Amino acid sequence: MSSRHRFRFARLLEAVLRPLDPALLLILAGLLGYAVVIMSSASPDRVSSQLMHIGLAVILMWIVASIPAQRLLSLGPTLYVAGTVLLVLVHLFGASAKGAQRWLEIGPTIRIQPSEVMKIAMPMALAWFFQKREGYMGVGAFLLSAVLLAVPVALIAKQPDLGTAVLVAAAGIYVIFFAGLSWKLILPVLVVGAVAIGAFAFFGDELCGETYQNWPGLKDYQRDRICTLFDPTRDPLGKGFHIIQSTIAIGSGGLTGRGWMLGTQTHGGFLPERHTDFIFAVLAEELGLVGVLLLLALYLALLMRGLLIAVVAPALGTKLLAGSVTMIFFTYLFVNIGMVSGILPVVGVPLPFISYGGTALVTLCVGIGILMSVRRSWRER
Amino acid sequence: MNNFSEPDEKAGGFFLRLLAAAVFVFAGCILLTSRLYILQVKHHERYHTLAEDNRISLLPVVPQRGNIVDRNGAVLARNFVAYTLEISSNIVNVEKTIGELARFIAIEPRDRRRFQKFRAENRRLGSAPIRTRLSDEEVARFIGQRYRFPGVEVQARLFRDYPNGSLASHLIGYISRINDKEVEQIEESGDASNYRGSEHIGKLGMEAAYEVDLHGTTGKEYVEVNADGRAVRRLKNEPATPGNDIELSIDIELQKVAETAFGERRGAMVAIDPTSGEVLALVSMPTFDPNLFVDGISTPDWRALNESIDKPLLNRAIYSAYPPGSTFKPFMAMAGLTFGKRKWEQKISDPGFFWFGGHQFMDDKKGGHGAVDMYKSLVVSCNTYYYMLAADLQIERISSFMPQFGFGALSGIDLPGEAKGVLPSPEWKRKRFKTREQQKWYAGETISIGIGQGYNAYTPLQMAQAMATLANDGKRMRPHVLKAVVDNQGQRLEFPPELVTEVDVKPEYIKLVRQAVEDVTRFGTGARAFAGAPYRAGGKTGTAQVYSLKGGKYDKSNERMRDHSWFIAYAPAEAPKIALAVLVENGGFGAVSAAPIARQVIDFYLLEKRADKPALEDADAEDEGQEGAGHSGHSHDAEAGE
Repeated sequence: MSSRHRFRFARLLEAVLRPLDPALLLILAGLLGYAVVIMSSASPDRVSSQLMHIGLAVILMWIVASIPAQRLLSLGPTLYVAGTVLLVLVHLFGASAKGAQRWLEIGPTIRIQPSEVMKIAMPMALAWFFQKREGYMGVGAFLLSAVLLAVPVALIAKQPDLGTAVLVAAAGIYVIFFAGLSWKLILPVLVVGAVAIGAFAFFGDELCGETYQNWPGLKDYQRDRICTLFDPTRDPLGKGFHIIQSTIAIGSGGLTGRGWMLGTQTHGGFLPERHTDFIFAVLAEELGLVGVLLLLALYLALLMRGLLIAVVAPALGTKLLAGSVTMIFFTYLFVNIGMVSGILPVVGVPLPFISYGGTALVTLCVGIGILMSVRRSWRER
Repeated sequence: MNNFSEPDEKAGGFFLRLLAAAVFVFAGCILLTSRLYILQVKHHERYHTLAEDNRISLLPVVPQRGNIVDRNGAVLARNFVAYTLEISSNIVNVEKTIGELARFIAIEPRDRRRFQKFRAENRRLGSAPIRTRLSDEEVARFIGQRYRFPGVEVQARLFRDYPNGSLASHLIGYISRINDKEVEQIEESGDASNYRGSEHIGKLGMEAAYEVDLHGTTGKEYVEVNADGRAVRRLKNEPATPGNDIELSIDIELQKVAETAFGERRGAMVAIDPTSGEVLALVSMPTFDPNLFVDGISTPDWRALNESIDKPLLNRAIYSAYPPGSTFKPFMAMAGLTFGKRKWEQKISDPGFFWFGGHQFMDDKKGGHGAVDMYKSLVVSCNTYYYMLAADLQIERISSFMPQFGFGALSGIDLPGEAKGVLPSPEWKRKRFKTREQQKWYAGETISIGIGQGYNAYTPLQMAQAMATLANDGKRMRPHVLKAVVDNQGQRLEFPPELVTEVDVKPEYIKLVRQAVEDVTRFGTGARAFAGAPYRAGGKTGTAQVYSLKGGKYDKSNERMRDHSWFIAYAPAEAPKIALAVLVENGGFGAVSAAPIARQVIDFYLLEKRADKPALEDADAEDEGQEGAGHSGHSHDAEAGE
């Protein structure tokens, strides 16, 4: 009798686990466990609600992972069109918070943030688009995909929500890149970008100094903003405050950190937004370079697994989708850590899987679900 | 460039690209790691020291906001210090904390609601007040229990006080908590670091218009903090520069006389010094108490103000436009003279109506005024005369003549939220309406314009400015409420009078029209209200139709359908010191309700004996006490209010 029960339970467990990729699941568990540890120090009051977010996100991940990959792809165009229409509606009727229009209110409690949907819809739609055109991709296909990419990105940037616009744009660019955009077009852009940033890094002090008071085409406050972006000490009470405090937190952590729950920057109230965008500084202060490297190792494992899934995926669309979703994860972490450690300007991008907040976590776990679904399509072929 | 993709790329090409992506990822991770290595290992000592020194915290010192005083130095807005109890936004279980606090300090449901609202609206701020204006005893009780409440602080904060309560509230305006939208605006303007620590901002009236002057410059304070982040010792201090005081051209006593004269009635009044453009009083009735807004208005109070059919929050004086009625006639007369369509002594015959385009336009007097020249047309306010004049001038001439008096244009007053009104013209109609049929200008519409009805609509401020321009012999001054800015060193910066334009009307025409309006208050429609005045005044009554009589049902019992009552005036006639426009909503005939208010205001301004200002004619002032029954006589019991 008990053996029959055990048999039934085993079958149930197998059915539940079948859509999930064990390697990804393990890495995700590591990241989320780490998140709880850090959150317990950054903001102990928020741990329980973040656990609820995690539960919700994992359920959604499981649902997405259960959908066959080709089916997911074919949902792409619908999601994309719906997302774009919603973005337009946000412009017309959206609720504003912190001065930016990002949400659509449906009824008293339901709020949709269409720009968040676009982070997933964009790579799905573009991957579907290129799969349809496999074999005869010409100039037209790439031009059209560029338009498909530009419209929602422009709408999001206008809200204004720079952080999300960067992520959605990156998601689309990765698909176009993987689909085979000519290197001749990619390399010049990379070189120009590198040169521009390099130039500012070297000559920024002079450009922002006394000698160049007037920049052609820019108002004084716009000039100040750009300069503060690169040299936060110019505005220690305003925007620069965040960066100055977060670099102090990171630097004072040293090799092994000040100890869990013992960070003076974190607990002395010097670190702003310490449970959301700046949570990396809490980790770096309290657990030091060792803790940081552990986090980076988890991320690298995730990224390598994702790229591997893309390599072995059977169809072009799923390859593109898996590749670009993986690279979005990378963009998240690179932009966030770069910003908190003071090498990139401050745009609102959370640390993936670690920062507090349900919306970003759900999006990220849906991304993992997509990778698992693609992985299964290869296994079941 | 015709080859966007490499043709031979199939599976192999994709693999290559994934490999490139992997290289990119590794490069990025190495970049981040090296940055973190530099921060955490190479420069660790430096940052460690900085973190230790970070016990020294840089705090903003909020400047004291400037005061607002009237032209005689009476205080209209000032600051006082009060203790508030604030809960840090880092605390998540707020309900529990408030529950605990309530054992020591009285916390009303109202306080809780306001607190929740602040937290929702002002996420930028580090803390939100659960209680304001704590008593000394309450402060002492909390300090005794402070160790139980990390993240809860007593703060000494500056509060704004409007000692005159609802008096002149639209004009003075109010400050209130900075909301998220304003945070964006402040960041746009590049003023963010000056507002770090500031909690209030001017939202309305002069508080908003001169926010930059009143706010001051934020200072910096270096304090030593303990492990909980509480300040224990002050180390270094760059003091804040207090905001400038601003002095208004308003005479608050005059304002009070005017508001009292309105009583329960709705309406507006604007009084201007015609030679300088200084606004002496600016009334919008009913008013509201600006003190309600300072630490966050409660929902019932807000509802009461916002949903009242009397619309107390509306500044009627500068925002509401009403048809000018017969107060438009002096300006029509000048247009008639200027374009040569009428001579001063030229007579028309008024049978009591004017027949135009198959429609009969009625005069106000049955059977008409008989033979009417321009002088008589103004004194008795004859409609037929102006129907004919409008027909002869045509709309193009009217709409090109009137802008120089400020009709249909922003006056440029230094108050936010001014409306333009409507100076109708065929061009305006084309822009205003959609269908071809509606866009057409009908000649019959010009006829109503002649007596200030139809599409015509102007604010009380515009009417006062037009009258001031007439009183100032055609020199139109920009109206302004600011008289001077006084900085904390006592330096005064006077607001100079500004000539906007000199109207293109011959001086003798202005003189003739002034002669006629000055007789309105002696023999004409304003005679009753100005009986026995020891000075001569120019004036003109007006009645603005609220409800078109043509074809509609007029319900006499409905007070809100009654006509609006206008009176515009200036005095004394020989050298005008004050020009004004009074509008009483649904007041009926202008001579009955608006003119007596104008009389009381002018009486007070010219005749009242005050320490700071000698009266015009000492002997006659006493006799006038009866006539101007509404004014309070002695100005010094004026300090009431809250």
